[in-house]
Amino acid sequence: MQKIGVFICHCGTNIAATVDVEAVTEAIKNEPGVVYAANYQYMCSENGQALIKNAIAEYGLTGVVVCSCSPRMHEATFRKAAQEAGLNPYMVEIANIREHCSWIHKDKVEATEKAIILARAAIAKVHLNAPLISGQSDVTKRALVIGGGIAGIQTALDIAEAGFEVDIVEKSPTIGGKMAQLDKTFPTLDCAACILTPKMVDAKSNDKITLYTYSEVESVKGFVGNFEVSIRKKARYVNTDLCTGCGECTTKCPSRKAKSEFNMGLMNRGAIYIPFAQAIPNVATIDPQYCIHMKTGKCGLCEKVCSAHAIDFKQQDEIVEQKYGAIVMATGFNLINLDQFDEFGYSKYPDVVTSLEFERLMNAAGPTEGTLLRPSNHEHPHTLVFVQCVGSRDTSGCGKPYCSKICCMYTAKHAMLVRDKYPDTEVYVFYIDVRTPGKNFDEFYRRAVEQYGVHYIKGMVGKVTDKDGKLIVQGSDLLENKQLKIEADMVVLAAAVEPDPSARSVASMLTASIDTNDFMTEAHAKLRPVESPTAGIFLSGMAQGPKDIPETVSQASACAAKVIGLLAKDHLVNNPCVAQSNELRCNGCSNCEKVCPYGAISYIEKEVNDHGVREVRRIAQVNEAVCQGCGACTVTCPSGAMDLKGFSTNQIMAEVDAICR
Amino acid sequence: MSLNEETKKEYKPLIVAFCCNWCSYAGADLAGSSRLTYPTDVKIIRVPCSCRVNPLFVLRAFQRGADGVIIAGCHPGDCHYTSGNYFARRRMTLLFSMLDYLGIERERTRVEWISAAEGVKFSTTMNEFAKTIHELGENKKLRDLRCEE
Repeated sequence: MQKIGVFICHCGTNIAATVDVEAVTEAIKNEPGVVYAANYQYMCSENGQALIKNAIAEYGLTGVVVCSCSPRMHEATFRKAAQEAGLNPYMVEIANIREHCSWIHKDKVEATEKAIILARAAIAKVHLNAPLISGQSDVTKRALVIGGGIAGIQTALDIAEAGFEVDIVEKSPTIGGKMAQLDKTFPTLDCAACILTPKMVDAKSNDKITLYTYSEVESVKGFVGNFEVSIRKKARYVNTDLCTGCGECTTKCPSRKAKSEFNMGLMNRGAIYIPFAQAIPNVATIDPQYCIHMKTGKCGLCEKVCSAHAIDFKQQDEIVEQKYGAIVMATGFNLINLDQFDEFGYSKYPDVVTSLEFERLMNAAGPTEGTLLRPSNHEHPHTLVFVQCVGSRDTSGCGKPYCSKICCMYTAKHAMLVRDKYPDTEVYVFYIDVRTPGKNFDEFYRRAVEQYGVHYIKGMVGKVTDKDGKLIVQGSDLLENKQLKIEADMVVLAAAVEPDPSARSVASMLTASIDTNDFMTEAHAKLRPVESPTAGIFLSGMAQGPKDIPETVSQASACAAKVIGLLAKDHLVNNPCVAQSNELRCNGCSNCEKVCPYGAISYIEKEVNDHGVREVRRIAQVNEAVCQGCGACTVTCPSGAMDLKGFSTNQIMAEVDAICR
Repeated sequence: MSLNEETKKEYKPLIVAFCCNWCSYAGADLAGSSRLTYPTDVKIIRVPCSCRVNPLFVLRAFQRGADGVIIAGCHPGDCHYTSGNYFARRRMTLLFSMLDYLGIERERTRVEWISAAEGVKFSTTMNEFAKTIHELGENKKLRDLRCEE
């Protein structure tokens, strides 16, 4: 019989206000095996932990039950405390009487009864706990960063700085991401390219960093410290070792139908192209969808003009296999599709543009070389209307329920830049709220209003129509309580951001969880914001949630610090809650081997001693370093030979019994 | 006042919820930290994955007097262990149809996909399920009478 100590936490008033902790202590005192029961204000505090440690020593406890918050919160804390007092950490069980009881119930009598039942279930379980010893596994000292935007670049640079190898996988032909497309950045108005391109060059020239551009992650196997990843390097049809990036082919290419992704489709590019002048790597890529030679076998002009003989129409995709200790998700964002927002006429009128298109129209390297011109007639616009929250904070189902966070600031930036460059233009901004938390952010917005005379109108735009080549913007001014009609030359929509569409499939490959909006879920929203609940997966940039550049860069560095912490270890402690096979019960059917998602089960021929009968049998064997402890094998096993340590059949049955008592 | 006296006055169903550690248990935690209420009838047992739930656990719960059993796991495609929830889905589909055949109403058993971010879904699911079980009343079909005092 175990000697069990039960420790009930008040959690200040979080638990004690709804659960009568004294009554719980009284009720479980006489449970079989309970030799000590106590309650304390904050069990996780140093004093609370000391209470547990002292009781272990004084009463010779063999099992501990802590009735407190979720095990996802403090299980590790209490296990560590037990270990310090000489008890095996896996002899500790948590009864979750906060998240699953006191916080969700109002009636004190009912909540107290439930808390007692949950405590009894934990006591019943701990009776059947056995000390578990963790194994160790090695750490591959190399990190993979998925996504080569500013988040991925910064994370990779910081990891490389610590001396570890890093690979960046980027699906487009160049690194740089969305930031490379921006004109200026708030709140300082320095040009995006000026601050980003040196970092891109650093990433390329750093000998610890390997860039896989125009590449995608094909599959991921393994677990923290030991991921096995295959990366598909898509065929560029250009030998990157030979290509000098002179750009001769891109100017000569006769196919001009492809829309430039870098310029948001505002101008066309050749079938062979370099996305932009500062692209890294600065090599050409052939788009087979538009290449005349690939489609008809004719043309081949690029091959003729290339003095480096880099064109290779026969190139094939290449698969690279690599091992990693940690993986960083930095897959970034996109603007939402505006087809559902008919009222703004985005798909109908060329002069209605998204904010990212507007960035290109203002950019010196953009389609208009930095002169702001209406896409419809290439004339200078005199009146501009900016619309904020297009699809953000939208609970109608068309858009996104969240705030995209960056739009208020970049709209103020756009308005300011227009007024600065063209003082003769009138600029209107329709907003629901102006949200400017951040260092020097509100000052920046006020400058737009006070210094640059931008007209801010609180209200939404109801409709955009056209009349005689002008856009008629109908909206409401909520402060003046009147309807407005503005004749505009251009309308700029601050479309909501959303995670890059690749995030979902990559997250599923990594078995990392994502939320209802496809943003990556953190291990803890406040305390572990750059880690995924899946060990070894880290989060950087917009993939985790909307954020601006300063925040992205800080998060990227934070993420790198966590990766470095992992890679700096020589060994990782494995989860000891893994499957184990009872060799006397195993009938060698192979069912468990078939359902194991990790290939952790293999069959061996082994001599067993079954009640005096010695014979060689085919039995299942679990590789404890590979088993992740899901328990699929335990249920599929027809003879009941497979069990899961820490969540054994008997333990769960005991919990069921205690709850249904 | 003992629990038994209370149950005599008003029927309080007993619901056992098996929640996977990575999604639904975390969803229940989020429901808790968001203070989204559901009845005390629901008692949660943590399992690493929905595929750890042996059909025998469900039978045991009914034998011991549970009125409803719910298994909650990660959404299809989002399983922390890649494919565990698919096994759970298949096993429970079979089990539930067998239970139905034995006279345990379909509504007493349920499989739900609730992610770590769906605190609201967790609470609404549990409220709905508790209401259904309350309407169905006590489950006596499978109860092992030897367990009763």
